[in-house]
Amino acid sequence: MKEILWLGRGGQGAFTAAKLLGAAYTAADDARYALAFPSFGPERRGAPVRAFTKLDTKPVRDRSQTEHADFIVVLDDTLYSPELLKLKKPDGRIIVNSKKQIDGAESFDAAAIAAEYRLPTVNTVMLGIAAALSGIVTEDEAVQAINGYMPQKIRERNIGALRSAGKAVQK
Amino acid sequence: MSKRFLSGNETFAEGIRLAKPDVISAYPITPQTIVVERLSEMVEDGSLHSEFIHVESEHSALSCAIGASAAGARAFTATSSQGLLYMAECLYYASGGRFPIVMMNADRSTALPWNIYGDQRDSLSQLDSGWIQVYAENAQEALDLALMSWRIAEDSRVSTPVMVNLDGFVLTHTYETVDIPEQAQADAFLPPYETENRVDFDDPKNLAFSAGPDTNYIFKYNAHRAMLAAVPVIAETEQAFAAIFGRRYPGVLEAYRTDDADYVLVTLGSIAGLCRETADRLREQGIRAGVIRIRYMRPFPHTEIAAALKGAKAFAVLEKDISFGSEGTVYTNVNSALQKAGVQLRGANYIGGLGGRNISAGDIEQIFADLEAGADGVHFIGIGGDGNG
Repeated sequence: MKEILWLGRGGQGAFTAAKLLGAAYTAADDARYALAFPSFGPERRGAPVRAFTKLDTKPVRDRSQTEHADFIVVLDDTLYSPELLKLKKPDGRIIVNSKKQIDGAESFDAAAIAAEYRLPTVNTVMLGIAAALSGIVTEDEAVQAINGYMPQKIRERNIGALRSAGKAVQK
Repeated sequence: MSKRFLSGNETFAEGIRLAKPDVISAYPITPQTIVVERLSEMVEDGSLHSEFIHVESEHSALSCAIGASAAGARAFTATSSQGLLYMAECLYYASGGRFPIVMMNADRSTALPWNIYGDQRDSLSQLDSGWIQVYAENAQEALDLALMSWRIAEDSRVSTPVMVNLDGFVLTHTYETVDIPEQAQADAFLPPYETENRVDFDDPKNLAFSAGPDTNYIFKYNAHRAMLAAVPVIAETEQAFAAIFGRRYPGVLEAYRTDDADYVLVTLGSIAGLCRETADRLREQGIRAGVIRIRYMRPFPHTEIAAALKGAKAFAVLEKDISFGSEGTVYTNVNSALQKAGVQLRGANYIGGLGGRNISAGDIEQIFADLEAGADGVHFIGIGGDGNG
């Protein structure tokens, strides 16, 4: 099972990204199963939130919060702390939206890509980066998830941002 | 069938759409709200032809459903926590009147302290209300129960309302891969509701009446017998379901690797999956672990539980409930089953997940380790302490 932990602030779309990844993973292949859920707590704009995606080739039975993630995706670099290292598997990776270099993590300027596409959130950019780095889902599967589960009027810009994120990783 | 990635609430609402209730009356409450919102949207967009009654309270929601059922309609409502407690008076009217209403309850903590997250203290407090109570483990089972529960409730041998319980948030708000059946399949499985227990001007009869000391207990006896009669009806319904939809369910409980198990964990609801995964891992280490998932709390699977626990060295009950001053209610019920069957077995009770607190794989491993070390009595996960008198 692959486990992805998403960290963001209320309103940044961490849970949406967690859901899209689950939808992307199960888009085509019937032998794939996913679970996605947020940390259940007060919902306030700006408050730290966590979201979880679990992916497997058999039905996912474990609904508990992830304790050791394959990928930790941080949408807001003020939420990064070295404490996060304890929450990843030994070979797990941490991906942060940041203009700065961060020890123990890989940073990408996702905000710059989101701005290019006039998006207020970096969630689909970070989804694109996570997909490209991990290979867990293809870019096309992620696009399919956006088409299936995002409102029509924001699909095109999010798909553009996701594809652009994939290219940024390849550079 | 179509494959979707939906939350437990959204999936359950799809099940209700397939069941085509004539009347829906409900009042929104977290974490049930999304079910009611989706159904309302379905009625609005014409994909569900139900009379949707917006009511001012849960007490009215169930009262409307009772009135609709008495008119011969298939009636649905949904609630949670304080809402369930507020409609408690009507629960007894529905079951006593033998109205086969289906209600979804999103299992949630009860006040005080105020908390909107999942535990099972709401529904378990209503075991004596005369409703069949079933607990889903995942979204697919919840959808399938939406269909099966109508068939069980409306069977003339049963004619008893059914409460379908989904763990708040952990099940209602978690997104999962689900198959949504075709309407034609649902129609083949669940024909329109027909009953003689209804207002009929051409064939007038007395409904929802008084009964004095001479006869009252006969109605209670009949309600009890009808609830017991649900056990074979559940099995028949699941067979018919499998024939059409291809998914099988194991009846009133699901016994997992209990045949040769030394230590068995008994639980219910959405935590069962993690319990089974933990049991698998312990078996790789040579510990013979098993899990029983109680699906139906009413009718209670007395004989099935005793049979599945008979060969074990010890058992534990893990539940999101505590009856203050006693123990967890599920534990009391399981002990009664063992006592009736003459099975002498060491048991322990683990109270966890209250107010939505996470139960981890480590917590469940610890229960099995405690059982191996001779645990008994009542324990609160994460607090320990002395839960015994």
